[in-house]
Amino acid sequence: MTKDSQGFLWEVFIQSKPGQPHRHCGSVHAHDKEMALQNARDVYTRRNEGTNIWVVRSEYIVSSSPEDIGPFFEPANDKIYRHPTFYSVPEGVTHM
Amino acid sequence: MENSEQERNFDAKLERNETIEPKDWMPDNYRKHLIRQISQHAHSEIVGMLPEGNWITRAPSLRRKMVLLAKVQDEGGHGLYLYSAAETLGITREELVSQLLTGKAKYSSIFNYPTLTWADIGAIGWLVDGAAIMNQVMLQRTSYGPYARAMVRICKEESFHQRQGYEIMMVLAKGSPEQKAMAQDAINRWWWPSLMMFGPTDEKSPNSANAIKWKIKRESNDQLRQKFVNQTVPQAEIIGLTVPDKDLVWNESKKGYDFGTPDWEEFYNVIAGNGPCNKDRLAARTKAHAEGAWVREAAQAFADKRKELEVI
Repeated sequence: MTKDSQGFLWEVFIQSKPGQPHRHCGSVHAHDKEMALQNARDVYTRRNEGTNIWVVRSEYIVSSSPEDIGPFFEPANDKIYRHPTFYSVPEGVTHM
Repeated sequence: MENSEQERNFDAKLERNETIEPKDWMPDNYRKHLIRQISQHAHSEIVGMLPEGNWITRAPSLRRKMVLLAKVQDEGGHGLYLYSAAETLGITREELVSQLLTGKAKYSSIFNYPTLTWADIGAIGWLVDGAAIMNQVMLQRTSYGPYARAMVRICKEESFHQRQGYEIMMVLAKGSPEQKAMAQDAINRWWWPSLMMFGPTDEKSPNSANAIKWKIKRESNDQLRQKFVNQTVPQAEIIGLTVPDKDLVWNESKKGYDFGTPDWEEFYNVIAGNGPCNKDRLAARTKAHAEGAWVREAAQAFADKRKELEVI
């Protein structure tokens, strides 16, 4: 890393309210994890947008690749029996 | 052959109005165009902090000072959202910063004009941010996902910027004759540069055709400029200020104003580096970057030290 480095790149995930999932909102630069959290707070929650923040070094994110979208998700394609509408129930049955 | 299939997929995605995401295949020129546009946008936010920062210590009241601080801080944040979006295209933050400081990348030429009076802060919020919002509202639907998402966030925050500027102008316009004259002087100086913010006319805009084809932009420079004039002229009238354009006249048939031509020679001259503040702006950024070097070094040394201790 050169002297003039801007630090590592970190991805930022914010939970907007208790009980909600964390959502990706962007990235920040920081040299260590405390600084990454503080920078994420200053950059992405200036208006109380969050109750919790996750930061993770971008290089540690593993992602599926868009070219493989077909074959990669193929195993789920022919399993319509995983959906409730696959099953028939007699007329008049409720709460199911 | 494989390339053309990728290209067809890309075109089909645009056709379906789906966003292009960082790992998707994209034409090199699309990537280049976006890096240029997003980085220029980011640099504009960062350099845009300078003319307003000039008035923080001299804001006329504590309320105005608090608000201006918050606004300038937002501009810094917006620059960071945009750098973050640009980096997803494969350029590093270090490269982005260096392109700004070496003059390789441009920023909006509006920020090369000086802020001479307090009313200029009002005019910037109202007119400059107003023009920026016009452009940014359109960009919320731009085809590149990270750019579009950054724009949604920015647009939410910008509307306070415009309102606070308009409020400054309104208060001055209702004040003493001197205060009203100061407000009028500010609109006189900022009106034309604000119209120039939308870029050259459509037939003279070198990058527009591709930007429209790729759905990066969805409205042309001239369309946006017309919308801005239509919405801003009545705002000026309501607070008793005059738009400095003798050719301005309502055109009932197009339901919009006809207006004069900005001084394009001035526009190209400022872009070429000869505006009143080009040198000051770059010098200020270069100084800030150089003076921050020891902080970056210290932060890195601290992080390295901590890492060593963790291992032991």
